[in-house]
Amino acid sequence: MKSLEDLKKMREKALKKVEMRDLDKKYRVVVGMATCGIAAGARPVLNRIVEETSEHNYSCVVTQTGCIGLCVYEPIVEVFDKDGGKTTYVHVTPEKASKILESHIKNDQVLEEYTINSVAK
Amino acid sequence: MQDLAMHILELLMNSIHANSFNIYLTIKNSIKENLIEIILIDDGKGMDEKTLNNVTSPFSTSRTTRKIGLGVAFMKALCDQCNGTLVITSEINKGTKIIAKIQKNHWDVPPLGNLGEMMMYAIGANENIDYQFSYIDDKHQFDFNTNQIKEEITPVKIIEPDILIWIKEYINQGIEGVS
Repeated sequence: MKSLEDLKKMREKALKKVEMRDLDKKYRVVVGMATCGIAAGARPVLNRIVEETSEHNYSCVVTQTGCIGLCVYEPIVEVFDKDGGKTTYVHVTPEKASKILESHIKNDQVLEEYTINSVAK
Repeated sequence: MQDLAMHILELLMNSIHANSFNIYLTIKNSIKENLIEIILIDDGKGMDEKTLNNVTSPFSTSRTTRKIGLGVAFMKALCDQCNGTLVITSEINKGTKIIAKIQKNHWDVPPLGNLGEMMMYAIGANENIDYQFSYIDDKHQFDFNTNQIKEEITPVKIIEPDILIWIKEYINQGIEGVS
């Protein structure tokens, strides 16, 4: 059972986590969740990203946006770094999302094979 | 759209993009009245009369990436299909109110879907928006208010993944407890 009491514990836990790492998150992960994204399967992708970020305490903010304008490549996940650089991952599945998080967010390595530059020829 | 939750999420995204600060969502699910009623009120930028008159057209959108907008059009189609009504009122700089009514036992009514997940996505889209969410059936009512959550967890943000997952499960548990 989830209760409002849980929130206090989670607050303590989250504060400890914050102490252990920088206050600012390194990355911003954005999932396209418009009609096109949802139809293409963005829901399980976003779900997986939120869950894994929580589980592994990745240094990123997870959020969502509307239509990115590239519906044919949905589900799309965009990763923004602190300098404003953007990497666009396309045709993302929950499995690919896990790999992207581990490589890009945890180890700072762009996973080239899933980016739009590799897919769109 | 596979379920009502996703239809509603589309409408929520519209409210979010309209720069709302407060969004009120009430879902009534009544066997007695044979009715599913969705009431969505925001305090966003609203629409003028011309926009409002065209809002259910799939060829009407405010975004610039494409000339097509399907969220409201799909909802309108669903209400028409399920012997229901869709009423939208709006005032510039005041906000928009949407009331969708659907005949609950109609053949074409999609499943309700995962409402907790829907709220998680909406809340995750912009931490500054406050939500008042209510789910009502013939016996109970479940209320959820992001203000209360934010007070409990400051200075931790509501978009922390742990909190978002908790919200999803808390809402679904509340709704289950209702029905």
